Amino acid sequence: MYRIVNKAILNASVTLMDIEAPLVAKKAEAGQFVILRVDSEGERIPLTVAGFDREAGTVRIIFQVVGATTKKLNTKEVGDSLCDFVGPLGKKTETEGIKKVCIVGGGVGCAIALPVAQKFAALGADVTSIIGFRSRELLILEEDFAKASNKLSVMTDDGSYGRQGNVCLPLSEMLEAGERFDEVIAIGPLVMMKFVVEAVRPYGIPCTVSMNPIMIDGTGMCGGCRLTLNRDGKRVTEFACVSGPDFNGYEVDFDEAMLRSGAYRDFERHAYEDTCNLFSKEVK
Amino acid sequence: MANMSLKKNEMPTQEPLVRAHNFSEVALGYTEAMALEEAQRCLNCKNMPCVSACPVNIRIPKFIEKVKEGEFEEAYRIISETSTLPAVCGRVCPQERQCESKCVRGIKGEPVGIGRLERFVADWHNTYSSETPEVNVPNGHKIAIIGSGPAGLTCAGDLAKKGYSVSVFEALHEAGGVLVYGIPEFRLPKAIVKKEVDTLKAMGVDIQTNVVIGKTLTVDELFEMGYEAVFVASGAGLPSFMGIKGESLNGVYSANEFLTRSNLMKAYKDSSATPVMKGGRVAVVGGGNVAMDSARTALRLGADEVHIVYRRSMNEIPARAEEVEHAKEEGVIFDVLTNPVEILGYSNPEDKRDPKNGFVRGMTCVRMELGEPDERGRRSPVKIEGSEFLLEVDTVIMAIGTTPNPLIKMTTEGLEVNARGGIIVNENGETSRKGIFAGGDAVTGAATVISAMGAGKIAASAIDEYISDREKNPEKL
Repeated sequence: MYRIVNKAILNASVTLMDIEAPLVAKKAEAGQFVILRVDSEGERIPLTVAGFDREAGTVRIIFQVVGATTKKLNTKEVGDSLCDFVGPLGKKTETEGIKKVCIVGGGVGCAIALPVAQKFAALGADVTSIIGFRSRELLILEEDFAKASNKLSVMTDDGSYGRQGNVCLPLSEMLEAGERFDEVIAIGPLVMMKFVVEAVRPYGIPCTVSMNPIMIDGTGMCGGCRLTLNRDGKRVTEFACVSGPDFNGYEVDFDEAMLRSGAYRDFERHAYEDTCNLFSKEVK
Repeated sequence: MANMSLKKNEMPTQEPLVRAHNFSEVALGYTEAMALEEAQRCLNCKNMPCVSACPVNIRIPKFIEKVKEGEFEEAYRIISETSTLPAVCGRVCPQERQCESKCVRGIKGEPVGIGRLERFVADWHNTYSSETPEVNVPNGHKIAIIGSGPAGLTCAGDLAKKGYSVSVFEALHEAGGVLVYGIPEFRLPKAIVKKEVDTLKAMGVDIQTNVVIGKTLTVDELFEMGYEAVFVASGAGLPSFMGIKGESLNGVYSANEFLTRSNLMKAYKDSSATPVMKGGRVAVVGGGNVAMDSARTALRLGADEVHIVYRRSMNEIPARAEEVEHAKEEGVIFDVLTNPVEILGYSNPEDKRDPKNGFVRGMTCVRMELGEPDERGRRSPVKIEGSEFLLEVDTVIMAIGTTPNPLIKMTTEGLEVNARGGIIVNENGETSRKGIFAGGDAVTGAATVISAMGAGKIAASAIDEYISDREKNPEKL
């Protein structure tokens, strides 16, 4: 069992938890992920590592309550335990040789982008961060980003905080003004990452994206997380759990990934509603 | 007096049209009377060809003799001398190609139903026996086993019997490997696997789930932790796809994913939180046991129609005869000499938000014919030009094989693998790295449960020899 030692509500739908998992904490690196099950009837869900404390033996996860499983996870409190917690899986984010980096985070993706920004900062790189949210109420981790970045832009879709617009706006402005990065790293919704790639493409700057497809085992066994990459004129299939989660953004077939991410949309909606009904019954 | 009937005693099964809609076990097992009668068919012949045809050399005539005498517990003891998983093997071994293929009674008539008798004995033990397994005096040596499938569990059992302190590391949340994620409940009830695993635990074997070797810990760290030898039995995880267009559409599964959703994650139960596509028309590509398991699972999940699409003919189909027979009885349609060329998806150009977009609507196939035999004598299928046709399906399951998982190879320096990714071992299961042994699908690629168990046995005795040798010659350390 894996005990929850800390829980914090970051906004109405995003929660942070530190989980006791010494073996995972010992090895985890920014960019990797874990798979957890809340209880013995639960599904296995992948969550990218949002931080770790090797000495305390804890791993930080930050999740958005979007489905039945994250809803159930969110009901757990400090002292409760998760049934399963395995990792660290996938490859760490490559940092070698990068002196000047732009980190673009969208929504809850900022939770995963933060340890990447912190890692670059610790390595002495020049870090520019752009974080975007739908509105002020959904803003998370601003202070942490400010600490880890040489320059920070905060965007909201509705202009209720920071600048109005999406994350591509300041990115394009900087690139147009002649700013050059060794790499741009985008972590967030698929559609955001797709547009970041397009914004960067004309400048030929390497652009890495963090993919989070549907997974079961996370060790390369089920193939459910497969992505299609356009590489050297060929269509190549890779498993995100083993070869990723980071991929060369120029190669990823985002349209296909978006269709695949919706494979169980109906099922998920029903499960979410059922869970809500269940909770309201329990409350009564 | 021997029973000279030319036919095996039939084993009762659930009615095909009933069982096609439930996940309860298909075969119901012999009654005591049936077992006694079948045991009488064994001639107890001197040279025992059945024993040498068993990958773990179960002393078959000896255990059958005990069945004849009604000494079922004693029969179980004889089986478990060499087999760690009797109730499993009695169900999933391809006996018709192993022990039973060499049975003298098979020369004229049907061989003795060895598998059915083994199953009976194991089930009798599991139901009636209260005997706990012997716990041996620890010999002070620690061995690590990677993977809790049939190879790993067998090796663990054999080493524990010799007094080793054994830890088994499992990547998933439940022990059993392919026995829990791959083979369906209706062929191998999970309660039986659990019982076998519990027996090992009672013998002192330590099983640690949620540890991915190659990620959570490396093989070298296991040595640093004091394990003196490591047995790699990580299985053949990585699913193969055909490389045709449309394989990333929603509704296309690898057999591994489809079966894992249903078996390990229990998607067939209402209480499970894991979804799986149910109903509609399903095509399973492939002709092995995994293809049969997928097809029959799809049927039980409520498919309207299930097709096996296999490129060779019924004569070449690699699945066990019994599984093919069961699948046919249950209503699975066999499209043999047929090969997929493209999977087609819905795409509504008028409405990008059409929920059907990106889902399978059919599969284009071609008819095949068998050409000249290749150097191995197997006739290879050749496409018949102009024979394209559309198979209308909603789900496609690719059951065309797996290759060994690369995680351990990638993180263990000096561990040599072949071109297909299988770990290279000698006849004792020794790899290119001292103290590291390997066996099962991690070495051979997808094979059978019993051959993996055979490899687990070989490795256990090689590890025992390796450790004893080191003890005698400490200068070799």
